[in-house]
Amino acid sequence: MKFLLVEDNHELANAVASRLHIDGHVVDHADRIEDAISFSETSDYDLVLLDIMLPDGDGRSFLAHHRARRKDTPVIVLTARSQVSDRISLLDLGADDYITKPFDHAELQARCRAVLRRNQGSARPIIAFGDVSYDPVAGQMRVCDAPVKLRNRELRLFELFINAPNQIFSKQKLCDRLFSYDEEVSENAIEVYIGRIRKHLEASNVTISTHRGLGYRLDLK
Amino acid sequence: MRIESGAEPPKTEVRVSGSLRTTLMISLIGGAFVLAAVLFLILRSYAAQIAQTAQDRILSASVTSILDVAAIRNDAVTIELPYAAFSILSTQADDRIFYAIYQDGAFLTGYEALDYRPVRAGELEHRSVRFDGAPLRVAAGARRLVGANGVAQIDVIVGQTQEHLAGVLGRISRHAALIGIGFFVTLTIIATWITSATITPLTRLAESVQRRGPEDLRPVSGPVASEMAPLVGSLNSFMHRLEQSLNQSEEFIAEAAHRVRTPLATVRTYAETTLQRVNRDENRQALRAMVRAIDESARAAGQMLDHAMITFRADHLCRTRLNLGDLARELVQSMRPVAEMKDVDLTLTVAEGSWVEGDAILLQNAMRNLVENALKFAPMETAIEITVAEAPASFTVCDSGPGFPDGEIGTLAKRFTRGSNSTGLIGSGLGLTIVLDVATAHGGTLTLLNRPEGGACATLSF
Repeated sequence: MKFLLVEDNHELANAVASRLHIDGHVVDHADRIEDAISFSETSDYDLVLLDIMLPDGDGRSFLAHHRARRKDTPVIVLTARSQVSDRISLLDLGADDYITKPFDHAELQARCRAVLRRNQGSARPIIAFGDVSYDPVAGQMRVCDAPVKLRNRELRLFELFINAPNQIFSKQKLCDRLFSYDEEVSENAIEVYIGRIRKHLEASNVTISTHRGLGYRLDLK
Repeated sequence: MRIESGAEPPKTEVRVSGSLRTTLMISLIGGAFVLAAVLFLILRSYAAQIAQTAQDRILSASVTSILDVAAIRNDAVTIELPYAAFSILSTQADDRIFYAIYQDGAFLTGYEALDYRPVRAGELEHRSVRFDGAPLRVAAGARRLVGANGVAQIDVIVGQTQEHLAGVLGRISRHAALIGIGFFVTLTIIATWITSATITPLTRLAESVQRRGPEDLRPVSGPVASEMAPLVGSLNSFMHRLEQSLNQSEEFIAEAAHRVRTPLATVRTYAETTLQRVNRDENRQALRAMVRAIDESARAAGQMLDHAMITFRADHLCRTRLNLGDLARELVQSMRPVAEMKDVDLTLTVAEGSWVEGDAILLQNAMRNLVENALKFAPMETAIEITVAEAPASFTVCDSGPGFPDGEIGTLAKRFTRGSNSTGLIGSGLGLTIVLDVATAHGGTLTLLNRPEGGACATLSF
């Protein structure tokens, strides 16, 4: 996916961008409202991440401009201010959601997903592997064209696999992606989720294979 | 268990001693009454004096005319009472007339019981006496008659009852009273007008200040009387200073939050990114500890800032009519992505028509704190039940976690107090304090209890 990140703190912008790169997203970075406006006018983004305090003004003016041009790209505001004072006016101005700094990347992802799901307008590429397909925006998995209902964590786990089929993921890596850092989860929990996904995939020609000592991989049967 | 707040919300009571309007009205009307009464008394006594003088003059004429006809003939005093002496005394009220004549102190003719006191010859005296049960005005005069055998002194006393005079006085009194009452009424009307003209600018100022919302700190701009200028001046400068200090502290809080949280966000994001690339277990442990420490400090800073903001807003509560169900729906929508991360379902049951008079930001923050608490303790793949009920309006959050620790429910809402089962969970110990403060500010209550089937329930009711 393509993100526009509007953030004047370069360190934070770099950190967020490199974290988004890990998930395979493309990030354009603007550190001023003026740049952000010209970026959003010349290119189409799936999502805008907007800081509120910017050197050439208030992020709210970007929001107003953005909405005035009837852009329907969802905007998630990154705010460092107290929730109590800012929250309502941000949502009134047309932000789709907000997240308070410092944020858990998993929460940012979850919020992006929720906002995209709400705003799904344009046609999305469907990822397919074998006879299993996945709509990343709707978060919908289909086995032999029949929709399968997955829980959120199962879905995120499956998403990792289908985004990089044939790649082996270690338990540790899966754990990092799936759980917040304030949760004490043993790596064995991953086995439970892998087991559940395997069950959902039983009818298909796809499965998750175990590679002893290395991890798991999405494979054709 | 119901949790009560220890501190009462501050009451801004004003000690009232008397009312300017009442004081002014009482002084002005009291003054008018005294003036009217004095006017009445002066008018009446002046009229009485004039009437009395008129009667005295006629009585004197009567006495003089009798004395004039007294003469000594053949060594005897003769008096032929002239008709005119009594006819001039006739009145519409048929006042009775009495007379007595004395020669050298000895009764000669008339009514002997009439009060006799010797008078020097040539002089006239007037007295008020009682005779035959009626008040009588008498004139007394004396004359020396010189005869062949010497000198004789003739004393004449003429008295008249005062019924006619009393009637005249009564009429005059009535008129005087009417004039007094008219005077009093006129003065009272003027007093009312003066009072309201004096008080109105004050009342108007008080109303214009009172009508403002707690956040309106603009100076009073309308023209005021010169006597009120110092008060209004002080009020304006006070509001200006208050606004400045509020703006400064709000800006300071926002700036402080920004300065602290942005670097924290940088560190946290880098730590997470690095964690994805690092494989050695001890490095991973260190990075995880780092992330947790950042979350702890960010959470604590955030809650302290929120708590400060909430204390401020609760002191200056802006009440609007709010649908608790709408607030809950909005909140659940924003919390759902976070709940989904743990595969926790948020189920919302709303009774429409659950209205609350209050501050939306405060209420939603309190509700958010309750849901966040439930999310912290709810086991994976369970549901958190959120219920909005009406009559009385209430908001309940129930989870199926471990419940509140036994015997600690009463202390959980104290500042910086955390449950003994919260080890390992990130929190500031301010969440329930905020909820309780918001409940108290809205005249509501917070009830915490453990469900018999397991799990904790927190209810905010109004």
